[in-house]
Amino acid sequence: MKGFLAGAALLLGSFGAQAQGHTPPDELVKGVMLDIQAIIERDKDLQSGDRRKTIRLIEEKALPHFNEVGMTALAVGVHWRKASPAQKKRLTEEFRTLLVRTYASSLASFRDQKFDFRPLRMKPADTDVTVQVRVLQPAAQPVVVEYDMEKTPRGWKCYDVRVAGISLVINYRTEFANLVRDSGIDGLIRSLETKNKSLDAPKASAAK
Amino acid sequence: MSLRLLVLAAAFGAAGCATTATDPRDPFEGYNRAMFAVNDTVDEALFKPVARAYKAVAPVPLRGMVRNFFSNLEDPLIGVNNMLQGKFLDGWTDWMRFAFNTVFGVLGINDVASEMGLEKHNEDFGQTFGRWGAGDGAYLVLPFFGPSTLRDTGGLVLDVAADPVSRHRPVDEGNAATAARVVSRRADLLDASRLLDEASLDRYVFLRDAYLQRRRSLVYDGSPPRERRPEE
Repeated sequence: MKGFLAGAALLLGSFGAQAQGHTPPDELVKGVMLDIQAIIERDKDLQSGDRRKTIRLIEEKALPHFNEVGMTALAVGVHWRKASPAQKKRLTEEFRTLLVRTYASSLASFRDQKFDFRPLRMKPADTDVTVQVRVLQPAAQPVVVEYDMEKTPRGWKCYDVRVAGISLVINYRTEFANLVRDSGIDGLIRSLETKNKSLDAPKASAAK
Repeated sequence: MSLRLLVLAAAFGAAGCATTATDPRDPFEGYNRAMFAVNDTVDEALFKPVARAYKAVAPVPLRGMVRNFFSNLEDPLIGVNNMLQGKFLDGWTDWMRFAFNTVFGVLGINDVASEMGLEKHNEDFGQTFGRWGAGDGAYLVLPFFGPSTLRDTGGLVLDVAADPVSRHRPVDEGNAATAARVVSRRADLLDASRLLDEASLDRYVFLRDAYLQRRRSLVYDGSPPRERRPEE
């Protein structure tokens, strides 16, 4: 029943986006997170960390709400403007893959998290807002997760996520800048490809 | 002004040495990377295996109690730091937490205060110095403690001096408690360290930047000024 409701809400959400009114960013975040949590709750494979299934879940449920190009631009920083359209496309693909592969392994723990969705104070004219969700945990300060969202013609899209103040996107900036300095933008693309292949290699690092 | 300095230093760095342009925030990178490698080796050989074994052997409720017990002992000092930063309500909350958890939570093994709505805070002397206006200073990887900065190292000296666990006498009890705390903390960080392995292209740089971002966020209590992105 809960799943049905969440599904219906999501459907309505995407329906709304087709029409004029977009789902407000805070409701969007809440809807997507609860939806994903509900899906994990009724799927044993996802709970035990089935990688392929987890990646598919992220790609289907979460990725459509991200501005992937914007995220990549933010991570690449000043060098972004020097990249050709083809390079930008490759960078975006590889960076998206890296983020999905990396956070896939954390998603199983989503199941027993308690979320505290913070109400968003925004003006109707706002086009760039931060949605806060606090993850409550025992014997520690709640972890604040912040989604930077911007208004686009296709609805609100997320372009950065900060966990406990650490930007998952900006944290790549120095690494990327070092690689561009050493071997150019193509070098950065190659490094990302290699990294992503190693993450797909069967459990080589997980067994360590 | 620090930003302008940063840009200037970066420009000099880029012009000065072609191959290893040093990050202006990290003038001791050579030493830091070496210490990072040493810490890593010790972690792989000792702390990680012990933390894994602890996680495998101790059931979740027990690990929760251990975590709560040590967490409770931190609260008085967190309160002191909140008071020093002028956040009197937060500081008062921390001391109330300690009182409630020690009495009703059986020496802190149950976090009843959180259930009552008294939220845990994260403060230390490094953050207090930051709040008072001290910049990070150079990034510094400390033996055993890991990522730090000049400012946070100064803070850490006070944190350790005031730490009730390591100061506990008789010494052997204090040492045993300190060891238990290390294992408990490392076990809690196992997932995070795996994430670090997977997410990063250069673990040293990734962890350094994450540490600096995290500390900045803590000093500003979660709302530091925002970064901008270049046009697409």
